[in-house]
Amino acid sequence: MSELVLKGIPAAGGIAYGPAFILDNQEFIVPKRTISADEVESEIARFQEALGQASIEIHALKEKIIRDMGQKQAQILDAHLLLLEDPMLQEQVIGGIREHKHAAEYTFVKVINMYVQSFNKIEDEYLRERSSDINDVARRVLKYLTDESKWHDLDNLQDDLIMVAHELSPSDAVSLYNKKMMAFVTDLGGRTSHTAIIAKSMRVPAVVGLKDATLKIYNGDYLIVDGQKGLVIVNPSRPTRELYAKEQSKINASLEKLDDLRELPAQTSDGKRVCILANLELSLEVQNVRKFGAEGVGLYRTEFLFMNRLDLPPEEEQYLAYKQVVEAVAPLPVTIRTLDLGGDKFISSVQIPRDMAPFLGVRAIRFCLDRQDIFKTQLRAILRASAHGRLQMMYPMISGVGELRQANAVLTEVKRSLRDEHIPFDDKMKVGTMIEVPSAVMTADTLAKETDFFSIGTNDLVQYALAVDRVNEKTAHLYEPAHPAVLRMIQRVVDAGHNENIHVGLCGEMASDPVLAFLLLGLGLDELSMSPSSILTIKKMVRSLRFSDCLRVTQEAMGLSTGQEVEEFVGAQLRQLVPGLD
Amino acid sequence: MPRIERQVVVANKKGMHARPAALFVQLTDKFNVTVSIAKDKEKINGKSIMGLLMLGAQHQTPLTLTVDGEEAEAAMKEFEAFFAKQEEDLIP
Repeated sequence: MSELVLKGIPAAGGIAYGPAFILDNQEFIVPKRTISADEVESEIARFQEALGQASIEIHALKEKIIRDMGQKQAQILDAHLLLLEDPMLQEQVIGGIREHKHAAEYTFVKVINMYVQSFNKIEDEYLRERSSDINDVARRVLKYLTDESKWHDLDNLQDDLIMVAHELSPSDAVSLYNKKMMAFVTDLGGRTSHTAIIAKSMRVPAVVGLKDATLKIYNGDYLIVDGQKGLVIVNPSRPTRELYAKEQSKINASLEKLDDLRELPAQTSDGKRVCILANLELSLEVQNVRKFGAEGVGLYRTEFLFMNRLDLPPEEEQYLAYKQVVEAVAPLPVTIRTLDLGGDKFISSVQIPRDMAPFLGVRAIRFCLDRQDIFKTQLRAILRASAHGRLQMMYPMISGVGELRQANAVLTEVKRSLRDEHIPFDDKMKVGTMIEVPSAVMTADTLAKETDFFSIGTNDLVQYALAVDRVNEKTAHLYEPAHPAVLRMIQRVVDAGHNENIHVGLCGEMASDPVLAFLLLGLGLDELSMSPSSILTIKKMVRSLRFSDCLRVTQEAMGLSTGQEVEEFVGAQLRQLVPGLD
Repeated sequence: MPRIERQVVVANKKGMHARPAALFVQLTDKFNVTVSIAKDKEKINGKSIMGLLMLGAQHQTPLTLTVDGEEAEAAMKEFEAFFAKQEEDLIP
C-alpha cells in the first residue's frame, strides 16, 4: 500500500495518527448474495435473530437514556423499537427472501433503501428527515447481519478513531463530544464550520474541505491528520510516520511550556493589557475556561441547548444551564449570546424556512424577533441566571439600531414581568451588540450610543463583507479574514466604540490565529475571545511583544492592497519579533 | 363485522413524525381491529409505523381512516380523538 496525500483546509491544529472510521450517511450498500432454496428458512431465521439482537440493544440504550437523561429523551427509542416490529417491513423482507432467494442483508437493505427513497419524496422537511430514524435502526440490524464494522453507530464508538465524514452536522458533533475522537476529516466545510469549532474545543486536529475524502479513505485505513498544514496522509510510509512522530513530540513539549503562562496576564512588555476570553460551545467545556487561563467567557453559544431534541428547552432548564456556567466561571465574567439559529444551525422543534440563501434569511436576532415566545423564554432564563454571578448578554446579527431597539424593548418587557413576580435578576446586566453585518459596521457610531459594548463576530462579518458563503467549499479560498476591507471595518468599529467609551471585543476564529491576533492587537481591540485551546499560544505572543511594534506593523499592513500581502507581511514581522512562536 | 370509514385531519403542528406515529401504533394495539389509513391514493396498514411515516402526513393533511373489527366503533372514537390532538397532549 503506498501512501496517499490529500490536501484540505486546516481547521484545527495538532497532529494525530490512527485508524479511520467512515461515518456513513449515504445509502447502505451490501454485496448481492444469492441463496439456495433450502437456505431460505435459515436466512429468515437469521433476519429475525438480527431484529431480536437490535431490539435488545435498543432496550439497553433506552434504559441508559432514561437513567442519564430522563423518560422524555428516551421516547424516540419506542419509535425505533416499533420500526423493528413493523409488520410491513417484516413482510417485505421475509417475502423478498422467499421470492428472490437473496441473502437476508441484501434483501433488508433493498427494502430499507426503498423506504428511504420514498421518504426523500416527502415534501415536509422535518418529516422527510425522519428517514434518519430508519437509517439508525437499519444500521443496528445490519450490524448483526453482516460483520461490517461500518454499521456501528455513534453511541457505541469506543476506541480512539479518526472520524471521516462527508459533513458533520452540529448534532453529530454534539454526539461525538466526549467520545475519544483523535481527529476529524470532512469532505465539506471551511475554517469556521462546526467541525472546526468542535475539534478545537476537543483539542484535536481537523482537516476539512477535502471534497472527496470519504471516497478515498476506507474504514480501518491508518491516517495522519496534520491540522497545521491541512494534510491527510492515508496509510503513511514508515519515514513519514517517523517524521510526524518527531513533530508531535515537539508540539507536546511546547504545550507543556505554555502551561506556565496560565496565571499570567496577557500584557505586552510595554504594559498594554488585552483581555483574553474563551468561546464556549457547550456547557461541558466550562472546565476549560480556567484550565487554559482565560479571563472569562467572551462568547457563550446557546444553540446547543436547543439541538438534538424534538421540543424546546423550557425556561427552567435554560436557567439551570446558564446558571451552572455563570457560577462555574464566577467571579470571572460570562458573555452569553442570545439564540443564533438559522444560517447553518437548525433545530427539530422549530421549522425555520430553508431559504435559498440561509445566511441572508431569517436567522439569529431576526428569528428571535419573529418568535418572541422563544426569545422571551430565553431572556427570562438569562436574566434569572444573571443573579448568580457576572453575566452580560449580546444580540447576534444586529443590522441596525432599529433591531437593537426592538430587542431591547422585548428585554424591558421581560424585566418588568420578572420584577412583578419578584424574581431576582441583575438589573444592570450589560447588553451588547454583535457586529457581524456590514450595515452595523457603517452605523457603529449610532449603535455605540445605545449599547453597552460591541463584540465583533468575524466568522460572519467576513462572509458578509466579502460575499463569501462560509460553508461552501468552492468559495473557501476567498474567505480572507485579513482582507483589507475586513481590517478597515474592524478599525471603524473600534473607533466608533471607543468614541463612546464602550469596550470593543472580538470573537471569531480570527482571534486564535497568531498573525491575525497580532493585527487585532494593533487595531486596538480591548478583548479577544477564542477557542480555549488557542488561549495560551496567543497569551504567549502578547507577552513577547511590544505594543508599539503592534501599532507600527498594523499601520503599515493597513496600507497593503490584498489579504495575502497583509498575511505575508505581518507573518514575517511576527516571526522576526517573536521567534519560535509556532 | 363492522367497518367504519372516517375523514380526519392531522391537527399536530409537527405532523406525523416518529413519536406520534409510535403512539398511534401503540394505540391501535389496544383494539382487536385492522386499521388502514389513506392519503390521496396511498393506503397503508395503520399498525405499521413505517407506513405511517412514509405517508408524510403533515399538519392539516386530510386522511381517510378505515377500521374493521368487532371493536371498530370504540377504536374509531379514540383514533379520531388522537388525530385532533397536539403532540404535547398526546405524550403522557
